[in-house]
Amino acid sequence: MARITAGIATSHIPAVGAAIDLGKTTEPYWQPVFKGYEFSKRWIVEKMPDVVVLVYNDHASAFSLEIIPTFAIGCAERFAPADEGWGPRPVPDVEGHPELAWHIAQSTILDEFDMTIVNKMDVDHGLTVPLSLLFGQPQAWPVKVIPLAVNVVQYPPPTGNRCWNLGRAIRKAVESFDEDLDVMIFGTGGMSHQLQGPRAGLINREFDTRFLDKLTADPAGLVKLPHVDYVREAGSEGIELVMWLIMRGALKADTREVYRFYHVPASNTAVGHIILENP
Amino acid sequence: MRSYNEAFKDIPGTTVFDATRSRQGYHLNMFCMSLMKAGNRERFKADEQAYLETFPMTPEQRQAVRDRDYNRMIALGGNIYFLAKIGATDGFSFQNLASKMTGVPEDDYKAMMVAGGRPAKGNRSIADKSK
Repeated sequence: MARITAGIATSHIPAVGAAIDLGKTTEPYWQPVFKGYEFSKRWIVEKMPDVVVLVYNDHASAFSLEIIPTFAIGCAERFAPADEGWGPRPVPDVEGHPELAWHIAQSTILDEFDMTIVNKMDVDHGLTVPLSLLFGQPQAWPVKVIPLAVNVVQYPPPTGNRCWNLGRAIRKAVESFDEDLDVMIFGTGGMSHQLQGPRAGLINREFDTRFLDKLTADPAGLVKLPHVDYVREAGSEGIELVMWLIMRGALKADTREVYRFYHVPASNTAVGHIILENP
Repeated sequence: MRSYNEAFKDIPGTTVFDATRSRQGYHLNMFCMSLMKAGNRERFKADEQAYLETFPMTPEQRQAVRDRDYNRMIALGGNIYFLAKIGATDGFSFQNLASKMTGVPEDDYKAMMVAGGRPAKGNRSIADKSK
């Protein structure tokens, strides 16, 4: 049977992807950011999963305002990097795992989550930057990836509680998949940042630290946080943090924090990263 | 739903992209979406007004684009994830856009971020600035 071995949360800042692609990772501004992922890159080589369920938000790349799915699961064989306005990132295509993706779609729909099934989709920095941070610059990504896109652009996004429960349904789905697979789940985006308007540049280290603490110790308390608190405390784009709760919901109650990294700033954003390992 | 939407209005300098904004800004944001294709970026750069005329936007929305007035575009229904494609077409970083929206020189904005960003304290509530 398949199993979820660990969860990883990380910011997915586009400028971080650009720094990697343009060979700037050792510059003084960027060096502390990438140093924070050195442990993680070694750790994941040791624990290499077969499949990653990668929870992210599309930034008006695959989905415009024409169709806005709350939860969309990528069931295709492969996904190409999106052109977000400056040409596609020079990273490999993402290879999917259609059998497991379809299984998760069916299982979660029968568990009353109305998933959108996507058979054609380009993936933007929200998905590819976390892969670059964990796996560097390989010729091909070493894992298969199931993209799970969450709407956090058009209000209202899903509640934290809904995200948490979807995570639980994903765990049930993975554990009922009849193949011997190690699966990890990534929750991406965040942490505190605001990209719009006169309040742009907001960072809230205290909020972020509490969020990281509660993610392991008190997720049931965290899922009750209303959207307005995310926006007020963590900035308008800090709402992306609800996606981390899908990751947490897919893990066991007694999951263990293996690693944590926090750094301000990368471009406009507080970089947050945590690794949680199931017992 | 009303109290859900109202609650956000106490947050300073922040526009939530709700149903009203989405309807108001639909064509502005779909124009931005078109800039994901290299050919469209070239057409836009060659003659901005002519390209903007091909989208059923309001004259105010077209002018805000031509002025690169991002706060105005947001007020007219633009969403920052969409508007960022204009910045990308112009070859500007997100920090450059942020400096425009916050009204400070880009170097000052960058320095603020390096120093830890804009603090939450004093920036949480319009009603209570001490928060």
